[in-house]
Amino acid sequence: MGMNMTEKILAKHAGLASVEPGQLITCKLDMVLANDITAPPAIKEFEKIGRPVFDNTKIALVPDHFTPNKDMKTAGLTKAVRDFANANNIVNYFEVGHDAGIEHVILPEKGLVGPGKLTIGADSHTCTYGAVNGFATGVGTTDLAVALATGEAWFKVPQSIKVNLTGKKPKNINGKDVILTLIGMIGVDGALYQSLEFAGPGVAELSMTDRFTIANMAIEAGGKNGIFPFDEKTKEYVEGRVKDYEPVAPDADAKYVRTVEINLSELKPVVAFPHLPGNTKRVEDIGEIKIHQVVIGSCTNGRLEDLAIAAEIMKGHKVHKDVRCIVIPGSQQVYMEALEAGYLKTFIESGAAVSTPTCGPCMGGHMGIMTAGERCVSTTNRNFRGRMGHVDSEVYLAGPHVAAASAILGRIATPEEVE
Amino acid sequence: MALEGKVWRYGDNIDTDVIIPARYLNSFDPKELASHCMVDIDTTFAEKVQEGDIMVGGKNFGCGSSREHAPIAIKASGVPVIIAASFARIFYRNGINIGLPLLEIGDDVEKIHADDRLRVDPEKGTIENLTTGDTFKAHPLPGFVQDIANAGGLINYIKSKK
Ligand code: SF4
Repeated sequence: MGMNMTEKILAKHAGLASVEPGQLITCKLDMVLANDITAPPAIKEFEKIGRPVFDNTKIALVPDHFTPNKDMKTAGLTKAVRDFANANNIVNYFEVGHDAGIEHVILPEKGLVGPGKLTIGADSHTCTYGAVNGFATGVGTTDLAVALATGEAWFKVPQSIKVNLTGKKPKNINGKDVILTLIGMIGVDGALYQSLEFAGPGVAELSMTDRFTIANMAIEAGGKNGIFPFDEKTKEYVEGRVKDYEPVAPDADAKYVRTVEINLSELKPVVAFPHLPGNTKRVEDIGEIKIHQVVIGSCTNGRLEDLAIAAEIMKGHKVHKDVRCIVIPGSQQVYMEALEAGYLKTFIESGAAVSTPTCGPCMGGHMGIMTAGERCVSTTNRNFRGRMGHVDSEVYLAGPHVAAASAILGRIATPEEVE
Repeated sequence: MALEGKVWRYGDNIDTDVIIPARYLNSFDPKELASHCMVDIDTTFAEKVQEGDIMVGGKNFGCGSSREHAPIAIKASGVPVIIAASFARIFYRNGINIGLPLLEIGDDVEKIHADDRLRVDPEKGTIENLTTGDTFKAHPLPGFVQDIANAGGLINYIKSKK
């Protein structure tokens, strides 16, 4: 019987010829990831097992959430990660500054994840790496602790939903519009325990940045993972970065529980209203919603192309007087490239605050926390109650195009509305 | 072993940010996490919850981040079992891995209300609503996942296999 991409990667890593949905398997892992929030408790559990780390080259530790550390407690968390990395010779420890950044931006950037590879991370947005044709999923700290010691994890093979993309991607539409539209269609539990496999002629229309944004938010539909096929664009991205990769493609008779159709030509800029990523509405339909803050960044939309989109819209304009616009490049590399391309100058000239790479306000950590009654348009991935501060503040999720236009106009707006 | 307790009833899509908001993730001490559990939607929970009380939610309970701080906060509040229509998958794994039984009962959850008293046998997956007389059966855990639960969590399970 034919297998889809997720099944092929899981079968190979379980040492099996084939697997089917529902089957319980144990897989060997190619990369194991944790951050400054999830690594410290995992390290404590790991120590209870009483074994050495399984492979010091297959572990990535990224202090990105509360860094540069915002207070003494979080400095203690990061120190615990740093001490563990030093004691165990962890090759891929990413210290603030240096060549670091947000975990899901830098792991693909450094080629630590790639086609056919299996990654788990103690962070729910680990599913981002499906963009480069890998299987990647988030786990908790206990799974991570066991993975650090054994290099293995257990999985239930998920059922898969095929997302068939057709049509041409219009101007002013990007990956965020695709994924928010999809979550709006199927709901925040529409892919619960399932895999989202992207397919169809529309895939070729999407840049790697679009694909990272889309795979990143598979979890926002409840998905275990999201995965893209390997094509010319993937090849161009991974060549020279990733060692020994083996792309996977679905068999012609691969099984899917259902197919969801998205015609890219019909998409419009969208925004997800509080307090769920599935509350998707077209920006043109929402009327006037005044805002106080805009955040452009995160593991969803903190890549160079995202900043390019925002800079193009903001060039020659000023951020609205009632708005704080915070731009956060996703990694040191993105930061440098955005500097060289002149985007950071554009942001600063327009009145935006540009930050060093960090998760920052995305999960209510620091660098732009809101008080009661405030509204933010954010390129991040979650708008749960209290996610960016006070329980009575509101987060509206959108792509960098809508975020930039909204920063200038002081209300949620489409890029076309900026003269 | 049967458990008996009073119900704390919540709705659909209870996310990990409300179970334990990010501002409290600068600690992973279970007692401290428990002291902030659910505050953003229910300020009475952390204060009034009694050892043995049972948490009941709707669809997609525990969606959002992978923070194991969330099931840990609930467990450390004295809650020995969570019942929901369905669970988000990372939360579900985490519950099993830390030895906190999670029972999925689909739409039957509508027949459990705030302050009902339940008798629950997590191993058998049986639930009795002592207030209304209704009984429910949860989906059983598959294969070796039951062994992990029986061992009291993944760390014990791995150690026992050494
Ligand atoms: S940017 Fe936001 S969603 Fe991404 S890893 Fe950081 S906190 Fe999580």
